[in-house]
Formats: sequence, C-alpha cells, structure tokens
Amino acid sequence: MASDAHGEETGLSFHPMDQFLVKPLFGTGEVHWYTPTNVTLWLFIVAAAIIALLVAGTRGRAIVPSRVQSVAELAYGMTYKMVEDVTGKDGLKYFPYIMTLFMFIVFSNMLGLLPKAFTVTSHIAVTGVLALAVFVSVTVLGFVKNGTHFLGLFWVTSAPLVLRPILAVIEVISYFVRPVSHSIRLAGNMMAGHAVMKVFAGFAAIAVISPVSILAVTAMYGLEVLVAFIQAYVFTILTCVYLKDALHPQH
Amino acid sequence: MISLLETAAATAAEHTEEAATAAGHGAEQSSGMPQLDFSTFPNQIFWLIVTLAVLYWVLSRIALPRIAAVLSDRQGAITGDLMAAEEFKQKAKEAEAAYDKALADARTEAHKIVEANRAEIQKELDAAIAHADSEIAARTAESEKRIREIRESAATDAREVARDVTAELVRSFGGNVDQGAVDSAVENRLKGALQ
Repeated sequence: MASDAHGEETGLSFHPMDQFLVKPLFGTGEVHWYTPTNVTLWLFIVAAAIIALLVAGTRGRAIVPSRVQSVAELAYGMTYKMVEDVTGKDGLKYFPYIMTLFMFIVFSNMLGLLPKAFTVTSHIAVTGVLALAVFVSVTVLGFVKNGTHFLGLFWVTSAPLVLRPILAVIEVISYFVRPVSHSIRLAGNMMAGHAVMKVFAGFAAIAVISPVSILAVTAMYGLEVLVAFIQAYVFTILTCVYLKDALHPQH
Repeated sequence: MISLLETAAATAAEHTEEAATAAGHGAEQSSGMPQLDFSTFPNQIFWLIVTLAVLYWVLSRIALPRIAAVLSDRQGAITGDLMAAEEFKQKAKEAEAAYDKALADARTEAHKIVEANRAEIQKELDAAIAHADSEIAARTAESEKRIREIRESAATDAREVARDVTAELVRSFGGNVDQGAVDSAVENRLKGALQ
C-alpha cells in the first residue's frame, strides 16, 4: 500500500491499522467465535472498570459521597437527566439499558486511549451490534406501543398533501440509514483518531521532525479525549431521540 | 427466504475463510482495515453480547437501584433538614414574639406600678400638707389669743399702776386720798393713751 511504499523509501514504517487487529489472546491461530481474543480482554476490562466505578465505588452508600461515589452519581445523574429530558417520563423505564450503553461506550473510548490498549468501539462489528440493537428494539417498541400509528412517523401531516408521499420516502430512507450512521459515526471517529495518532507517532523516527510529531500527538491526544466523550454522548443522546420517536411518533 | 440466507451465509463463510488465510499470510504487513475482516466478527459480536449482558444485569440489578436509593436518601435527608430548619425558624420567631410581648407587658406593668405609687405618695403628701396647715392655723389662733390676753392684762395692769401711783403721789403731797376721784381722774387721762 501507499504507506508501505513510502516506508520503503525513507526507512519509516507506518502501521497505523495494526492496533485494530483482532488477535487470539493465547498463541496464534484462527479466531473462532469463542476464542478469547484481545477484544475479549478489553471488553472485560471495560466491564470491570464500569463495575468498579458503579458498584464498588458506591459500596459505602454514603449520604456524603466519596470521590468515586460522586463520579458514579454524576454519571448516573447525567444519563438520567438526558433520558428524562429527551424521551420524557415514560422513557425512564429504559434508562438502565441506555445507561449500560453510555457507560460501555464512554469506558471503551477512554480506556482505548491508554497506550497499548485496544479500542473495542473502533470496530464496526461492535458499534454495528450496538446500533442494530437500538434500531431493532426501538422499532419493535414503536410498533408494540403505538401499533400502526407508529407509521405516522413517516407521514408528515404538517406538510402539504402533495409532498407527503415524497417526504414519506425520504423519512423511510432516513429511518433505515439511522443504524448505519449511528454505528459508523462512532467507529469512524475512534478509528480515525487512533490511526492519525499512530501516523504522527511514526514520524517521530525522524529526529528533525520528532518534536513537531510529539507535539502533534499530544494535541491529537487531547482532542481524542474530547472526541471519546462526545461520541459516547452523541451515541447515547441519539438513542434517546430514537426512543422518543418510538414512544411518541407524532412529529 | 431461509434458503437464500443459508446460501448467503455459506458464501460469507467461504469469503471469511479466504480472508482469514489472507490475514494469516499478511499479518505482518497488514494494510487493509482490520475492521472489515469479517472472520473476526462472530468473535467480537459474541463477546460483546456477553459483556453487555453482564453489564446490563449488574447495572439494572445492583448499581442503578443502589445509586437511586442513595440519591433519594440524600434528597430525603436534605428535605427533612430543610423542614426541620423551617420549623426551628418558626419556633425562634414565636419565641421572639413571646419575648416582645413579655417585654411590653412588663413595661406597662412597671408604668402602672409607678403611677400607683405616685398617686399614693401624692395622697400622703396632700394629707400631710393639710395636717400641717390645720396645725399652723391652730397654733396661730392660740398665739393670737395669748397675745390678746397679754395685751388686755397689760392694759389693766397699766391702769392699776397708774391708780396706785396717782394715789401715792396725792398722799405724798399731803392730800387726802379720795379713791373715787383718783380713779375717775386716771380713767380720764388714760382714755386718750390706751387706745
């Protein structure tokens, strides 16, 4: 590829995508569906970190919270308020699911920023499952809660009658594009940021450029911390918006 | 539909096998996107679902109810404390009102006592003044009476002395003392003097 060709000329070696390789945790060989891989390891680390924060951190059940407990309460309060503000009171029934999603994504993104870490949310397989789960459950929920009224989501009654069929087509397409954009937005952001950092880091091999490169990596890292949180927030708030559409299909 | 899916799955499986072997060959100089290596998808999806299930179970059963309980406890404690504070404030206000009332009562009471004392003292004073006045009047009257008596006695005494002196004078001149004549002569002379 281009980077390899470039590498042959200058002695630099760029492997920005190597960090995303899925490898078996023990030995080498084929990756079966059950094989414990680096994905498995980092999924478990993410789960362990979340449990450490939300379960072990709140062990004291203190009226005046410890630091860890107040972080857990902050995460809880933020997500709770988001669900309440966007979907309304009747969306609070699905709060645990949305909280799970948010905590999972934010912890994957943040832990993925550690050196040598594997970012599970940079894989379209992972984000695709998350987005499809949201899409399927929200669609099923919409039909269960509203019956055929749910189709009113695609029939824009506020538009002139002539435009409505065209709008309906657009609405249906946009509805089905949701899981795609939902998943690719997250995975793309994660992958791009990590790859760019790797490329910048690769330039550090040249002594003249290395200060600039390190500066760029540092700046990029700061940006990525921001992106890691924002993408988790965006994913969650979009989930809330879709849930709101399912609960109240009227425009 | 199902058969279609099966054929699709079969072709996908073939593809993934090819991709897996390709990945095995080119692992060192891998250049494609590992994200599109479909052979790893079942693995990722399986472990993701396991992780999410565990997380969902832990969060919905343990973590979230616990945090909710802590938050509502805190809210309850805060509301309780605020209400207690409100109650104490009310009590303090009542106490202040009671204090003010007691103060005003005491002030009126003191005023009343002062008024009563003053009236009593005034009465006593009036009585004392009246007593003194009457005493003074009595004494004055007595003095006047005595002065009159003294004056009267002085007048009779002077007449007696004048008679005796006149009778003695007449006798020493060798005259014959006629008591009646002497008396009338003295009376005549005294008429002018003892006025």
